[in-house]
Amino acid sequence: MTLAKRIIPCLDVDGGRVVKGVNFVGIRDAGDPVEVARRYNEQNADEITFLDITASHEKRGTTLEMVSRIAGEVFIPLTVGGGVRTCDDIRALLNAGADKVSINTAAVTHPEFVREAAERFGSQCIVVAIDAKRVSDEGESPRWEIFTHGGRTPTGLDAIEWAQKMVDYGAGELLLTSMDRDGTREGFDIGVTRAISDAVSVPLIASGGVGSLDHLVAGVKEGGADAVLAASIFHFGEYSVEDAKRYMAEHGIEVRL
Amino acid sequence: MTIAIIDYGMGNLHSVAKALEHVSENERVTITRDPRAIKGATRLILPGQGAIRDCMSELEHTELTGLVKEMLADGNKPLLGICVGQQMLMDKSDENGGVWCLGYMPGRVRHFDDTMRDADGNRLKVPHMGWNRVHQHHMHPLWEGIPTGERFYFVHSYHVQAEEDAHVMGYIDYGTVRAHVATGRDATFAVQFHPEKSAGAGLRLLSNFIQWSP
Repeated sequence: MTLAKRIIPCLDVDGGRVVKGVNFVGIRDAGDPVEVARRYNEQNADEITFLDITASHEKRGTTLEMVSRIAGEVFIPLTVGGGVRTCDDIRALLNAGADKVSINTAAVTHPEFVREAAERFGSQCIVVAIDAKRVSDEGESPRWEIFTHGGRTPTGLDAIEWAQKMVDYGAGELLLTSMDRDGTREGFDIGVTRAISDAVSVPLIASGGVGSLDHLVAGVKEGGADAVLAASIFHFGEYSVEDAKRYMAEHGIEVRL
Repeated sequence: MTIAIIDYGMGNLHSVAKALEHVSENERVTITRDPRAIKGATRLILPGQGAIRDCMSELEHTELTGLVKEMLADGNKPLLGICVGQQMLMDKSDENGGVWCLGYMPGRVRHFDDTMRDADGNRLKVPHMGWNRVHQHHMHPLWEGIPTGERFYFVHSYHVQAEEDAHVMGYIDYGTVRAHVATGRDATFAVQFHPEKSAGAGLRLLSNFIQWSP
């Protein structure tokens, strides 16, 4: 086994600026995504994911410009998600320098879009983001459902069946976020991570809830994730990506050092 | 000094262009499908992404198949194949029910077995996506300054099996598969991984390509 498990820092970007606070030690203004991406690249990040939370159409151009600037100087894969609804959106992001795009809500409202996108651009650049929430009670056999709108709107879709369907439709990778754990710093929901990772042939990125380096280890070892995504533990200089990799390597996980 | 990235409509060419611009000093990087520009360029990049049937048919539609074959046969202009661009140089691919390719190097393109498991019993995922160790099989100027076993970034479901040992420049191991991820012959070098996305090692390989005088 020589393929390394990936560590992916994630940035929330609005109108071309990093929001939700990024505060590396020694950097005064970390709101510039290019500066942040450069820093993570120096720390040996395996990929970078941007979540474009820009609501308005006018600010979208700023996002494209930002992707283009980053792609001009950071030579590792970039995934951009948020508001990807049409093939034109995908084309524009890829032309700007994104390597993969992540489709979330549009996959739920219009699953054929995933198929169309994979046929047009190739599965290698189509990531489907899955927001799952546990709906079974304690003691019952566990069941997770897909939610949209930041975990507020249930869809009735079973998370595991949905994941399999998205892979059948051409998703080349899945980004799984546990809506129960997102923002809690309590660690990944290992149950749903393991269940989906075992159920699909494509790589799975685990996300939602990372508060310590042990959580990253658990995501890979117990959850079977191929990559782990985290935001806040890296943003505030608590740990560098390099620290995380060394810790994972000490725990027997193959990483790119 | 011009590096032409052959634009036959497949693939994300901008990333390759940006990485080349980053490492070049005097070279002009152009994305083109104009046969005259391709003929006039000092170096060529043959990219490729997505399904191989589409790549081969788009190359045909843009009337570039003959030109690319001619350049390969001349064997004196440095050409770098990337991703499906590497696969296209083989005889045939198993993808899309079997597709004949450019036949520049004898060999076959095969699918990764998606039932492989690692020592802990976890599924080995397909596409093979992420950073894997590339072992250098033969010395080559494009490996200059890059240690054997260095990691490069991959994303692919099909892999090259070259027939002639002399063409195999590097390989990876994934489960039970040994894939020939770097192949070369005369002035052509081709890689399955994405040098434009492989951080320092990838940029070094691109820089070596620019310096290379076969």
